Amino acid sequence: MTRIPLRPLARVIYARATGENPNHVEKAARARRDRKSQKALRRQAEARLILLCLCFFLAFVTVGGRMALLATSKPEEPTSAASHSTLVTARAEIHDRNGNVLATNLLTRALYARPLEMIEPERAASELVAIFPDLDEEKLTKDFTSGKRKFIWLKSTMSPEQRQAVHDIGEPGLEFGRREMRLYPNGSVASHILGGARYGSQAVTSAEIIGVAGVERMFNDMLGDPSLGGAPLELSLDLSVQATLERVLEGGMNVMGAKGAAATLMDVKTGEIIALASLPDFDPNSRPAPPQDGEAAYNPLFNRAAQGLYEFGSSLKIFTAGLALERGIANRGTMIDTVGPWEVADAEIKDFDDYGPELSVEDIIIKSSNIGSGRLALMAGKPAQQQMLENLGLKDVSGLELPEASRAKPLWPGNWKDLETVTISYGHGMSVTQVHLAAAYATIGNGGKQVTPTLLKLEQEPIGQRQVYSEETTAELLEMLRGVVISPEGTAGLADVPGYGVSGKTGSAEKIKKTGGYEDDKLITTFASIFPYDDPQYVLVVSMDEPEIKTAGEAHRTAGWTAAPVASEIIIRVAPMLGLRPKEQAETSPQLLLTSQ
Amino acid sequence: MMRGVFFLLGCSVLTVLAYWAYSENYKTQAEIERVEALRYEIADRREAIAILTAEWAYLNRPDRLRRLAEMNFETLKLIPMTADHFGTLDELPTYSPPEPKFPEAQWVNEPPTAPRVKVGGQYP
Repeated sequence: MTRIPLRPLARVIYARATGENPNHVEKAARARRDRKSQKALRRQAEARLILLCLCFFLAFVTVGGRMALLATSKPEEPTSAASHSTLVTARAEIHDRNGNVLATNLLTRALYARPLEMIEPERAASELVAIFPDLDEEKLTKDFTSGKRKFIWLKSTMSPEQRQAVHDIGEPGLEFGRREMRLYPNGSVASHILGGARYGSQAVTSAEIIGVAGVERMFNDMLGDPSLGGAPLELSLDLSVQATLERVLEGGMNVMGAKGAAATLMDVKTGEIIALASLPDFDPNSRPAPPQDGEAAYNPLFNRAAQGLYEFGSSLKIFTAGLALERGIANRGTMIDTVGPWEVADAEIKDFDDYGPELSVEDIIIKSSNIGSGRLALMAGKPAQQQMLENLGLKDVSGLELPEASRAKPLWPGNWKDLETVTISYGHGMSVTQVHLAAAYATIGNGGKQVTPTLLKLEQEPIGQRQVYSEETTAELLEMLRGVVISPEGTAGLADVPGYGVSGKTGSAEKIKKTGGYEDDKLITTFASIFPYDDPQYVLVVSMDEPEIKTAGEAHRTAGWTAAPVASEIIIRVAPMLGLRPKEQAETSPQLLLTSQ
Repeated sequence: MMRGVFFLLGCSVLTVLAYWAYSENYKTQAEIERVEALRYEIADRREAIAILTAEWAYLNRPDRLRRLAEMNFETLKLIPMTADHFGTLDELPTYSPPEPKFPEAQWVNEPPTAPRVKVGGQYP
């Protein structure tokens, strides 16, 4: 840069020659120089500003870019954070009251195919069919070679051996997905309570398990809720008792050629179901498809104990007796007219046998007189009878935690007149489930408190239940029920178990014809019992569908010959498992022995 | 002169800090990998526990135990529990005096290590 002097000699001389002030030359030059340096300074400041802007711009671009990356990337668990999760399996286990496993999960693999990645699709298809015979080779080959399908599910579960065999095919287009499988290690034991499960929506890495019936369905949300930390669902069942009860019941059913059988064992105080069986049953590991035809009641999936509504016949007479005692209409010894046949509203009420002109209330129960029971109910009246049945829980659904039970509302007659009052007094004209009946008997066993059946293990006895009968009444009812078993004229002599003081009532109800009216020789027989007599703990109700047993060439179908001995066998086996110590027989009340003679 | 010293000092501090940060970063990543491996191992163990629990439950299913008891009846002499199997305290044999209180009892091991309970009125 050439530096121009402030007072160039040539200009000064020229200025002097023309008579100008030479100082003006310097002033002008100085002004020029200042303008120049101002310009340079300005340019520098502008450059700095641009640089600063660029820095800010880059910083914001970095932040913005990072945000965009975070927004578009897949979420990732923070790997460095410590894991406190105890959850491995997606669905909680189901345990019995002692912690035995009733339902658990097993890790298995699902098989899927990617036909586009297959090398030898035909060979893969034929070898797959050799491993899984239920697959269709023709269809597989078509699917693998058509080129239209990119992804095909082949199997939802498989055994480790099958998995190895699929590996050995060596086909890269066959792949495995992680699967959890619901496993019921006890097979068909408690099948109707557990129900079963199936896969819901499937992904390659996991599949949702959905309960289809039983507690699996009832508590589906709870079992699949990860926030509960996989805490098992504890049922009130006792696995050993359940298995024993099912085995004895099945034996009894086979011996008597019955079409089906059901049994319910319940704690009288809490209403907890200790065991509940319905035969025929099924294996929840491979739950059969609901049948399209045939009678629903003979379907293995049908729960006869909690779902099936039946007329239980004379088993309900004890409640009529309870009504009479509670209302002060009669006492145990009051004689009731039992002359038959008795005409009520154009219908004839008959007894199984002719029991003479009159019977005491106690004998009505022991000998099971329909006429006597009907007369007692008429004396009490329809409103009192309905109120009592409702208080016993026989009007609404039982409350048992099964989807099947929540649909089984008792069938009450639409038009309840005197005839209905009479027939319902001995258990005809009104249908309830076996669980309803067990809960009503539990009321007699626990001193008169209403019982709500439950399948969940309770920590303590429920409080504040309605008092249906007074304790005095239930004590007398219990003695009558004991009389049914030990009196020579009682209908359930075969039910007695030495040391356990079984008390109970038989009921033999003719099956309802599809066309209306009753079948003559097809019975549903029931024995509802309470044991032990001196300190009632459990209620056992056993029902059989069309049983028949031949002794000395004579065929017997009534409950005393069929359901009662099966109930007795169940109590023999089950009572010691429940920790009940047998009592000496002489401890039964002397008064009762007197009546029984 | 002073400026050069500060510059050199700053550079060396920066180098040391950079090395420290670099090594810490790698150590952290190694730890994260180790934690990840441990978590996989924990998951595997839990899976194994779940399978063993399922297998235990399957092997202990009542039907199988009953069949095993029936198959091994000659050695185990297990029968279904009945009311007769309840014993009382005075039915238990005493340890002293050493000679057996019930000479007819046949002990499997001598001397008895566990008290035996009367079964069906007889000692097994």
